[in-house]
Amino acid sequence: MPEKEKKTGLIFFPAFDWAISANHPEREERLLYTQDQVFEEGLLDFPNILEYKPGIATYADINRCHICVPNPQNLTTNSHLISAGGAITAAQKVLTGEVDNAFALVRPPGHHSMLVAHGARGFCNINIEAVMVEYIRHKFGIKRIAIVDTDCHHGDGTQDIYWNDPDVLCISMHQDGRTLYPGTGFIDDFGGPNALGATINIPLPPSTSDEGFLFALDHVILPILDDFKPEIIINSAGQDNHYSDPITNMNFSAQGYALLNEKLAPDIAVLEGGYSIEKALPYVNVGIILAMAGLDYSQVREPDYDAQRIRQSPEVTRLIENEVKDVMTLWKKKKNLKKQITGSAAYIRREKNIYYDTDDITEKQIETVRVCNDCGGLVTIESSADTGKKIYAVILPNSCCPECRKNGEIFFDRVNSSQYNHIYFQDRQRDVFIVK
Amino acid sequence: MILGIDVGGTHTDAVLVQNFQLVKKAKVLTNQANIMASLLEAADRLISGNNTNNIHRIVLSTTISTNAIVQNKTNRVAMVLLSGPGLSPATLNLGKDTYFAKGYVNHRGIPIKNVNSREIEDISNKISESQIRQIGIVGKFSSRNPQQELDTAELLQNPSRNISLGHRLSGQLNFPRRIATTYLNAAIHDIYRGFVQDVQNFVTRIGPNIPVYILKADGGTILIDKSLDCPVQTIHSGPAASIMGILATTCIKEDAVALDIGGTTTDISIFADGVPLLEPSGVSIDGRKTLIRGLYTKSIGVGGDSVVGVENGNIFIGPQREGPAAALGGPFPTPTDAMIVQDIITFGDKRKAEGAIAFVAEKLHRSIQDTAHAIVEKTAALISDNVRQILAEINNKPVYTIHELLEGKVIQPKMLYVVGGPAAIAPFVAENLGYPYCIPDHSEVSNALGVALARTTAEITILADTEKRELIISEEGHVQNIPHNFSLEDAIEVGKKTLREKAVRMGAKPDDIIIEITELQEFNMIRDFYTTGKNIRVKVQIKPGLISAGQARSNHA
Repeated sequence: MPEKEKKTGLIFFPAFDWAISANHPEREERLLYTQDQVFEEGLLDFPNILEYKPGIATYADINRCHICVPNPQNLTTNSHLISAGGAITAAQKVLTGEVDNAFALVRPPGHHSMLVAHGARGFCNINIEAVMVEYIRHKFGIKRIAIVDTDCHHGDGTQDIYWNDPDVLCISMHQDGRTLYPGTGFIDDFGGPNALGATINIPLPPSTSDEGFLFALDHVILPILDDFKPEIIINSAGQDNHYSDPITNMNFSAQGYALLNEKLAPDIAVLEGGYSIEKALPYVNVGIILAMAGLDYSQVREPDYDAQRIRQSPEVTRLIENEVKDVMTLWKKKKNLKKQITGSAAYIRREKNIYYDTDDITEKQIETVRVCNDCGGLVTIESSADTGKKIYAVILPNSCCPECRKNGEIFFDRVNSSQYNHIYFQDRQRDVFIVK
Repeated sequence: MILGIDVGGTHTDAVLVQNFQLVKKAKVLTNQANIMASLLEAADRLISGNNTNNIHRIVLSTTISTNAIVQNKTNRVAMVLLSGPGLSPATLNLGKDTYFAKGYVNHRGIPIKNVNSREIEDISNKISESQIRQIGIVGKFSSRNPQQELDTAELLQNPSRNISLGHRLSGQLNFPRRIATTYLNAAIHDIYRGFVQDVQNFVTRIGPNIPVYILKADGGTILIDKSLDCPVQTIHSGPAASIMGILATTCIKEDAVALDIGGTTTDISIFADGVPLLEPSGVSIDGRKTLIRGLYTKSIGVGGDSVVGVENGNIFIGPQREGPAAALGGPFPTPTDAMIVQDIITFGDKRKAEGAIAFVAEKLHRSIQDTAHAIVEKTAALISDNVRQILAEINNKPVYTIHELLEGKVIQPKMLYVVGGPAAIAPFVAENLGYPYCIPDHSEVSNALGVALARTTAEITILADTEKRELIISEEGHVQNIPHNFSLEDAIEVGKKTLREKAVRMGAKPDDIIIEITELQEFNMIRDFYTTGKNIRVKVQIKPGLISAGQARSNHA
């Protein structure tokens, strides 16, 4: 049981009038039973649990972390602006000291949205955590941030946005990509050349239960966080690792989620996936809220909970132990990896094929990053999608060095504009966004 | 004629109303130790001689329930809780006579664990041993399926016991509040029943068959004999009477703020399009949060008799009251004294008021008039700041749909209504807030007028789950089977019909049953990618307001 009560902000926005489509898992009903459970348990009457209305994110907030093609107006509806706005509200309440921590229980989710966004992937249009993170950096001057993604699916969008950023640690713990969408997030996804070890992936085998998740937390996530020393910790709190989730294969429980949140002690939690709306979400969310508020969650239990039935096999335990060992071995070598990877190259190229399952769009992308010892490195992206859109983008990192800035400005000036529909300039350091 | 009586904390007011015009009024001091005596005294002043024949309706508001709770004059209550897993009961404020029993239903009202009759019998024996006669039974999610509470009640029922059931008192979700509500309902049962008997004896003196109503916390009325099952709904009748008084003495149609300024406190209430706002979850009493539907009111520690002083070179006002204004022989300067000095009001001894204000002026090195002016402005500013804060809270209340978030109602007051002794401060508050003010006529008995003219109110919650093929109306303990194609329209129809019947039982006249839908939600339930049913949620109410002819009067005025 937690020892100390905390003031917890709750931004609860179930968007009861919005769905991707009538039968879609991401639909009106999704947080209905969660609301029922939160109301019935009387959580909002606790003096240390404060509920807030979400704000509405602006297009400028989105342009700080995304290159939306053609623009954020075309890619978002009010629901997305409110969902990202809810995450921003959570951050504001925490960083102004109004509360100790906050949980944005909002929908739709965002962690599959990548830096360049031509449409929706994995039910996500914009990355609500990244919009929040850039807001935090811009408004509160916070530099080092850790995002721990506990959704069952690899947080590939968040990883992509911060791939080259040494100041944002992205840890994703998820069901092995060989068995689940989006099919990525293996151990050797370890960050760009200037940000090695700032991306950590912990793929877990199907049927992992509480024991396995908490083992990975204790043996990878917490030690790496200890070393990274973030100013704030964000939990991308997907709830689809639950044993009753209809689209995944894990065996996590409400008790496990609550304990994970108590140990991780995130400053901000943001809801991501989780589609067992009746059997998991009500209990998992109550457990997380109680754990964050430092209240007794020991009696929160799903009606059909049976520890024996969902316990992971010794084989799964062994696989996880090996996995954890491999992640830590790689992580300890991170300082020596850069020379090996970059050699004498001045720029490193990454080619990606990205499929937008929700909108059925295919994108081809070439990302080039300048090898730099002084900052995250200048990034340029050339992207074309089967919608016919072709774009070019120059991205200056948050603590951009003069050399990267100079080169970036030259690239933006000299790019052959006749080849592209749009050319973007995103300066994360000075909060400048230009389209030509 | 209608006889309306408001038993307040200080005064008991009574009015006789005919054709919605005030015919006669009386004011007596309330004897808190014997509320019945005050009630009789006030009534006797009005119903002298032959006019009793014409009385066709009697409405009372009483502090009996509130006082019983605040002064701990309550029965011992055994609480039997079917709590299931979830929040630890250790976090709830529970008394020693609490018994936890097996059995619970989930958020959809599906039974997960059944009630164990042997366990309930054991509990029953323990309750008997403790000689407790009042029992409250509350299940988690019982407003989603009352059956387990009903089963438990059947096992505990015997003629010497009185049982309060959680699901009957509110259709809203909130287990801790349901427990508090049910506990209070059981705890005041005996004292309330005694009061009802006294009232009925008194009424037979006036005439047979005159319907007697009592005012509830939500500003609505209920026939007194029907209120015996739910005495807890009669708490907070004081603020409710004050708010209904505004409706009875003005033609309010707009968004507005009302202030009831007393000696110690000022009660602030809010109207949206002329209708008083209700507390979103339920009223609080004696530190307990309940599910009792009640009019929204916030009491702040600023009144006409608040102590005025100086701290660090600044004027402070309240929250203490140490007696009446200095002008009336009180020990300290007060805002009332400042208003007397400024010639805003005339009463008491002006020289005493000046003397008291001089004491403040000296510390500030300012003139007496200057200081008096500053005190009046400061009092007005304190009240205005609280009004602004309340409006901000209400307008920022969380909502759960995109439509409400973007286009929800925002309250923008157009008028300030002020009642109470120190109402003369109204112009200063109005100037600070930036909208005009109004001090209603008959404001000295407006509470009693509000009581006399209040209509019967009620609310019910309809929950239809077409996958379960079941419809539940918690407040009525009503469960019925429904076909799989049961629709939102069907639910509204059942809701309106049930509410109408309930209102008639509570004593409503047909003209006063104006039904309003306050919640309307319909969700497709999809399991494993197939639609399996609909989850329909409807709330209907008769909102607080005046009986229909009273409404007509204010339309003409």
